[in-house]
Amino acid sequence: MTSLSRNFKLLLPVLLLNISGCTTTPPFDYASFRQHRPRSILVLPPLNQTTDVDAPYTYLSTITRPLAECGYYVFPVAVVDAYMKENGLPSAEEMHGVALDKIRNIIGADAVLYVTIEEWGQKYVVIQSITTIKAKAQLIDTASGEVIWQGTQAVSQGSGGGGDPIAMLITAAVAQIINTMVDYTHDLSRVAHYGMIYNTEQGFLAGPYLPPQENDHCRPPQ
Amino acid sequence: MESIAGKLIAVFFKRGLVVVSFLIIGCATSQPLYYWGNYEEIIYQMYIKPGSADPGSQVQKLKEDVNIASSEGKLAPPGLHAHLGYMYFLQGNTHDALLEFAAEKKLFPESAKFVDGLTGRIKNDIAKP
Repeated sequence: MTSLSRNFKLLLPVLLLNISGCTTTPPFDYASFRQHRPRSILVLPPLNQTTDVDAPYTYLSTITRPLAECGYYVFPVAVVDAYMKENGLPSAEEMHGVALDKIRNIIGADAVLYVTIEEWGQKYVVIQSITTIKAKAQLIDTASGEVIWQGTQAVSQGSGGGGDPIAMLITAAVAQIINTMVDYTHDLSRVAHYGMIYNTEQGFLAGPYLPPQENDHCRPPQ
Repeated sequence: MESIAGKLIAVFFKRGLVVVSFLIIGCATSQPLYYWGNYEEIIYQMYIKPGSADPGSQVQKLKEDVNIASSEGKLAPPGLHAHLGYMYFLQGNTHDALLEFAAEKKLFPESAKFVDGLTGRIKNDIAKP
């Protein structure tokens, strides 16, 4: 294999990630975010538009860290989930239907992050497998009901590339099996959250537990 | 030149996705606010691999995290003490459950309303004949 094609193969995941992150969008309007400046965020189990039953809780199990490291108090996701289930709300759909004033009075959250998962998992495209996560999210102020932040995050991670077609086919099939075994979406959901929260143009403003930040956005911790 | 770039990319690729994500975002980083330990991995396991994270093993791992955090002068992350308290509650250990809820509230006053609600329920349960 030439050095060029090897480099290309290695670059592919980076390229795919970059493509999904480079769409031009108008500047984000932070007026409402700045006005309400939540201290605490409740993340409800996401709605799931995919067939992967593990998607919502894989998402939920990786969202606390990037939000907390952005300076927010994040309610214990599993405890809140159990609490709601014990109180007659067995599904994410029902939890998303709870009135904001109830959430404010019982849980005390300043804002709620409502997430809908639109794509999750692997597609087998000719000789490579691509893992994709796409989710849209809205952060809503519980006092005013205003949407203070919203965005859609899409990330993809590819395996495979140029070279001998038959060898690549086997490689892609093996990669897919391995990826299934290690649950690739678990890591990729972290990447999606980082892209969503730490984006310097569309991401979250820094929360109260972070010291004042340059341009008011939070940075990914080391 | 080309091979150095290739090696660098290979290293990045091997180090994993998190590094790649930093590349997209722009490399600026800061010190983490919290010691994370097992907290998020436990949440993942309890939902995705049921049976692999019973309350007993969760208590053991989270207590270890709390000890490491305090010995290194770091803070436990938001939610960890409340989660640990809930695991104690599931074990029937209301005494330690209440201590952990209080620890959550002390570290993060934003949790007060939720934690007070949980505490009130446990105390009511104890008071019942």
